[in-house]
Amino acid sequence: MASALRIKNGKVYDPINKIDGKIMDICIKNGKIVKTVPKNTPVIDAHGMVVMPGGVDIHCHIAGHKVNLARKFQPESKRHDVSPRVKALRSGTGGSVPSTFTTGYRYATLGYTTAMEAAVPPLGARHTIEELHDTPVVDKGFYVLLANNVCLNQLLEKGRMEEFREAVAWWMNASKAYAVKLVNPGGDEPWKGRKNSNVDNIDSEISGFNLTPRKIIKALIDATSDLGLPHPAHIHCNNLGHSGNYKTTLETMRTAEGRRVHITHIQFHSYGGELNKNPVSAAAEISDFINENDNISADVGQVMFGQATIMTGDAPLTWTLRNMTKSKWINADTECESGCGILPFSYQEKIYTHALQWAIGLELFLMAKDPWRMVLSTDHPNGGSFMNYPKLIRLLMDKEFRNEEAARVNQKAIAKTGLLDLDREYSLYEIAIVSRAGPARLLGLKDKGHLGVGADADVTIYDEMDDKEAMFNAARYVIKSGEMFINNHEFCADTQGRLIHVAPDYDNKVEDILRPFFEDYYTIQFDNYAVDDSYVHDGKVIPTTSA
Amino acid sequence: MSEESKVIKNAVCTFCGCVCDDIELTVDPAGKHITKANNACVLGKAWFLEHKVEDYPVALIDGKEASLKDAVEAAAQIFVSAKFPAIYGLSDTTCEAQKEAVAIADYVNGNIDTTTSVCHGPTGMAFQGVGESTASLGEIKNRADFVMYWGGNPAEAHPRHFERYAVTAKGANTPNGKDDRHVAMVDIRPTPSSLIADTFLQIKPGSDFELLWAMRALVKDAALDDSVEERTGISKAVLEELVERMKNCQFGVIFFGMGLTMTRGRHFNAGALLELATDLNQYTHFVALPTRGHGNVTGADNVVSWQTGFPFGVNFNRGYPRFNPGEYTTSDILGRGEADALCVIASDPASNFSAKAIEHIKKIPVITLDPKPTVTSSLAKVAFTTATYGINVPGTVYRMDNVALSLRPAFDSPFPSDQMVLKAIKERVCELRGLNQTTKTTAA
Repeated sequence: MASALRIKNGKVYDPINKIDGKIMDICIKNGKIVKTVPKNTPVIDAHGMVVMPGGVDIHCHIAGHKVNLARKFQPESKRHDVSPRVKALRSGTGGSVPSTFTTGYRYATLGYTTAMEAAVPPLGARHTIEELHDTPVVDKGFYVLLANNVCLNQLLEKGRMEEFREAVAWWMNASKAYAVKLVNPGGDEPWKGRKNSNVDNIDSEISGFNLTPRKIIKALIDATSDLGLPHPAHIHCNNLGHSGNYKTTLETMRTAEGRRVHITHIQFHSYGGELNKNPVSAAAEISDFINENDNISADVGQVMFGQATIMTGDAPLTWTLRNMTKSKWINADTECESGCGILPFSYQEKIYTHALQWAIGLELFLMAKDPWRMVLSTDHPNGGSFMNYPKLIRLLMDKEFRNEEAARVNQKAIAKTGLLDLDREYSLYEIAIVSRAGPARLLGLKDKGHLGVGADADVTIYDEMDDKEAMFNAARYVIKSGEMFINNHEFCADTQGRLIHVAPDYDNKVEDILRPFFEDYYTIQFDNYAVDDSYVHDGKVIPTTSA
Repeated sequence: MSEESKVIKNAVCTFCGCVCDDIELTVDPAGKHITKANNACVLGKAWFLEHKVEDYPVALIDGKEASLKDAVEAAAQIFVSAKFPAIYGLSDTTCEAQKEAVAIADYVNGNIDTTTSVCHGPTGMAFQGVGESTASLGEIKNRADFVMYWGGNPAEAHPRHFERYAVTAKGANTPNGKDDRHVAMVDIRPTPSSLIADTFLQIKPGSDFELLWAMRALVKDAALDDSVEERTGISKAVLEELVERMKNCQFGVIFFGMGLTMTRGRHFNAGALLELATDLNQYTHFVALPTRGHGNVTGADNVVSWQTGFPFGVNFNRGYPRFNPGEYTTSDILGRGEADALCVIASDPASNFSAKAIEHIKKIPVITLDPKPTVTSSLAKVAFTTATYGINVPGTVYRMDNVALSLRPAFDSPFPSDQMVLKAIKERVCELRGLNQTTKTTAA
């Protein structure tokens, strides 16, 4: 096993180091990018190729209880999308929710080497880590759901803010999570209560609590900020999917009051119009706000036509969709922590709302003045599979192609957007920002998303082609932590990938508050709850920045 | 060896799918057996207290004592020589062992199936058809004010289900336990469980589907004629009252057992029940859960699902997973005489499969992994004695509601774990088949 490699003659796109298509050598040793390697080191001649850091997916759903439910839920999407075993590389099945091995291999095939599972109730952390361990090649972590946590909300309504923050830190440690996720803050209580209802305003009272969604949002932004977590509060806003919801999104962003916050799959939260009527685009309103407020970042959550799976902690939303589509549906409540809804979904070009969603996502990309803060995602598999990323990249880079596609979809929807007026075409440099450098920076992963000395040697090499979809569809070489995983389009041996997590300090005294709560309201013992280190086979703790 | 007894707090019982994790075990000073199992139910006590490490050989080949190494070699040879090797069982072992078993099936292009295919397999199929509204058991404890059991006898099969999760359990919105709940039971005969029911519906055997469909009709305000009583044994008036109660509860749950899934109608029954729970969400919050039997059958479903995409009955003959219950389920494979080798982990198909299947088991080379001799192991070409999960072996198990827990073993066993044996077999299979698992290339 050679531990060093030189990549020469490739056109390098490394935005963190401001390298824009320069032909230069990239040297790798012991899993890291180094300044130089000895002359006799093996070489990849990347002449005619594009060299980028490995892709980083800031928001996807790839592991854990809800993902596994969605996986075994849809045998119909798997039989015709199989992934055969290649020597010792495990077989699997695809569809919009692939099996774990296939998920890892397919991400790598696209040139992605890091992927973050975006929604895990802490009680599901052990399961999630088990699945992530079986998701090869990519480095991974997950975000833990804390915005509908009954124990935290009880502390919050009593104004016990210090204990609230300590409890957040405890939960991060107990679950081995990377970031704090908010999904439809406060919406679980009305959902699990009698009427299967939801909160519809971030300032309205949550049933059962003397709290509003805004108070929860603010408290979790405070806590993540005070704890110095590398990634800020990661927020799925209230009112996802509803016409007129952009106002809720703006209010949520204003709640940050200048502190960093990440709004996820913002496309689903950028709708104008009146509730219960057809939506229109509010991409301009959302873009303007983000362009002017550099504490805000977002990933788009682009909708791509074809098969998708809705899976979200926002259970009332899936119930609404289920009653529209009449399709099979899963609801899965987690005690004291979370809700969850799943249904198969198909985005269709001729349907007004779907075409509008598609166009709004593209508007958000094309109106973003700062691509570092508006990064690429499809909220896999909610807006479509991550396997759509190459096509999405082409839509961003190729205006002619984009307009051809726009001509094939519902024209009433396109007319309600500004898409056809947008002439912008993303450059390879900007693609490298939205798919690698930007997400890595937003995540606070200093060793990822770039090719500077000391970075993780996660490198992707693509053949340079005019058809950007074809180009990004299959990397020619993928190097993960310095090991070749794809060599001239062929899989080499498996690599495992690391679990990335945080471990903020906390005062153990908080356990005196949590333990009695567990004894009363949970069904597992407090001492059996935290995920122990034996589950982290190869982990890396990313430090916090707090004093 | 210490003179004092060792105490293990918060130990996890894997006897049934309740997976109670509040057991306090006392191990005798010699570290050979458990003397106390506080908090455990009658089944859990038997599980822990009667467990002894007995003096079996670690492995037998053709009934003769063999070393572990030779037995691993013999097992690997069986796998690589077979054209259609089948792996079965897996619901009473750790997820760590289950993963190794799926890997072997993948590497030998074999078949993998779990005991799910003979218990809640129909539930898995119904779930694929209609979905489910479900919850972790703590939601039931905290919120459920209407609890129904259908086709099961938890008082005897899951003795602590009432107390920990669903009937007398006290939670946030149910501070008075049973007084805050209405409990309904549906079964074909009275059982110790039905004694606690506020409403007991004794239905005619084999009429589950009809009764569920009638209830769905009432939930949807569809016309229902009086013939329902003749078909099911339950009058329309009783049903109407029950359905009204279900529609008007705060949080309802239906637990269902093999009395529903393994009787006439099978996955249609399970599907009708899951749909009923979904329908009721038009009125209130309603969920349904299968009461799973084996300690880690839910883990087996999860592991096989995440690794292959399908929950049980998975075949790798073409080099990728295919799923078809009836075609790739073990009892069918054996009944049709298809598999030419069988590996059984923690199960005893030779004592409970059909006569035809058992006849075929006797004709093919069989590998068994089990802590105790079984009928199947007595027929085995290679029989491993393995340590018992939860008592001697650490690892992960999933409760019936898909909550994962870590085991806290009480004392060491001289025998290897299922995982260790399966991993060794896997590695030898890979060697024999030339599947190099570790080579990494950096050169272009």
